[in-house]
Amino acid sequence: MKLGFLVDLNLCMGCKGCEVACKVENEVPLSSWRLRVKYIDIGTFPDAKREFTPLRCNHCENAPCERICPVSALHYLENGIVNVDSARCIGCAGCMMACPYGAIYMDPETNTADKCTYCAHRIESGMMPACVVICPVQANIFGDLDDDNSHISKYIMEHQGAVQVRKPEKHTNPKHFYVGGGTQTLDPLAQQRLEGYSLFNNITHLDHVGDPNHGVIDRFLAPFESHEKLDNKSFVDFDNHESEGGH
Amino acid sequence: MVESTVHATHAVVTLDVALPGIIWGWMITLNMWAKSIGTGVILVGAFLLYRHKKDEMPNLRWTMPLISFVFLNIFLLFTLTDLHQPYRMVNIFLHPHWTSAITVGAWMASLFTALITVMLIIGVGEELPGVPFKGCKLTAWGSRNGALYDKIFPFVVFLAIPVTLYTAIIMAESSARELWQAPAEVMQMMWAALLAGSAALILVSGKWSAEARKDLALVLAIATFFSFLMYMGEYFFSFKSSEAEATLAYVHAGGAYNTEFWFGMVLGFIVPFFIAVGSMKSDNKTLLRFAAILALVGLYMAKDVWLKIPQMLPLS
Repeated sequence: MKLGFLVDLNLCMGCKGCEVACKVENEVPLSSWRLRVKYIDIGTFPDAKREFTPLRCNHCENAPCERICPVSALHYLENGIVNVDSARCIGCAGCMMACPYGAIYMDPETNTADKCTYCAHRIESGMMPACVVICPVQANIFGDLDDDNSHISKYIMEHQGAVQVRKPEKHTNPKHFYVGGGTQTLDPLAQQRLEGYSLFNNITHLDHVGDPNHGVIDRFLAPFESHEKLDNKSFVDFDNHESEGGH
Repeated sequence: MVESTVHATHAVVTLDVALPGIIWGWMITLNMWAKSIGTGVILVGAFLLYRHKKDEMPNLRWTMPLISFVFLNIFLLFTLTDLHQPYRMVNIFLHPHWTSAITVGAWMASLFTALITVMLIIGVGEELPGVPFKGCKLTAWGSRNGALYDKIFPFVVFLAIPVTLYTAIIMAESSARELWQAPAEVMQMMWAALLAGSAALILVSGKWSAEARKDLALVLAIATFFSFLMYMGEYFFSFKSSEAEATLAYVHAGGAYNTEFWFGMVLGFIVPFFIAVGSMKSDNKTLLRFAAILALVGLYMAKDVWLKIPQMLPLS
């Protein structure tokens, strides 16, 4: 079994449902994304159009992240998924430097590398990945590439000549395919990235990698620190009378 | 309208998430710089011992492992500190993954540091009795085992080469950063070690023979010349990869990285080269020390720029 993914960009309408489903399913923290949908405007007025490109881990057959990981925290499952063992990860960020697709992030809560696992925990239970289930137009197609009768295999055969992978020159053999993509949508060097077009705010680059509230020394002290127990009341009952008044 | 790719495609990212900034920052620059000194002093020291009698370099037997020990520990400290889970460093030894240059390097660097520590104990025991205190059993053991120093030294010299080069392989394994190509990085690391090693030894060569210092100046001159040549070759002629070109645009376009890069080139390579060449004819210790300090500062700056600019490129 070799699991693969295909996104038909002709169908994708940029609703970001897959992004949200992934966030919820995998409890992905703020400022981190396993799956994101990028909007790209192509052409000049009046001949302009907007394209949407969902981007996630490519689960490469020849994965650079797996090769560079010093402790095998990134490893292959038998079904071809490149999985992450957060308990083993040392947080060296080598995988982030190796992944040509920028698909790996440093989880700010665990300070370990993380990424899309094709929802390996759901697949183990016989379910589809969350992003596949949520897609209202069935643009996400997931299945066994080794099985000629699987939906994904048939889709690839039906769209021969239009199936693409990102950065094939890297020889990573991605198991994530696109139909209806082009240089403008799949090659980041063919896109202009302007300041101020990020999701929700104007931050285009994160200053921190990992937990922004933990400096270098804190990383060493973290196992010995006890945190106050937080509940919903902690976020409501502020002790801010002094700063507000004084009279 | 087709004068550049982006104009030709007219593709503009209009909505996206925030991308990670610099992932490997100054700590990794310091890590590489310190390792270059730690291994370089051994390589250059071995060259000097091959060319000259020990009497010409009276303190080399203990200063060489001492400098190496100090900078290897700086290197190891910042390797550890840069990890987001520093206590899990032990996993590299408990669950090693041998296709990773990080793993192979960590094992080799640990062995190298252990051997350097043994050499330091012996060197200090022989040359500086009473250090760190009278009756110290460790240095007393060292003073009795001088022969061991000579036995392990060839192996240490041999090991210094892969220890200095493995970072180049880590950079080569970083498939996302096309600027870092294995052949170029390997050569840059090698020249950096020779540059840093000769510069560090120049600073402690005050009582050495003029001939030994002349050899140090020669090594510094050659290393600065070829380091500069390597950087220039990459800076001006990386035409074969679109990503490398896009990366170099961050320096070509001016700004802070451009300034840092050219400061590194001029202060670290060009000025020390001419001073070192001059010192081969006239033995000016002060000027040569000045060149050594400049070379070490410039090397840090050059490494810093080369480490950071590929990380600014959007990968997806």
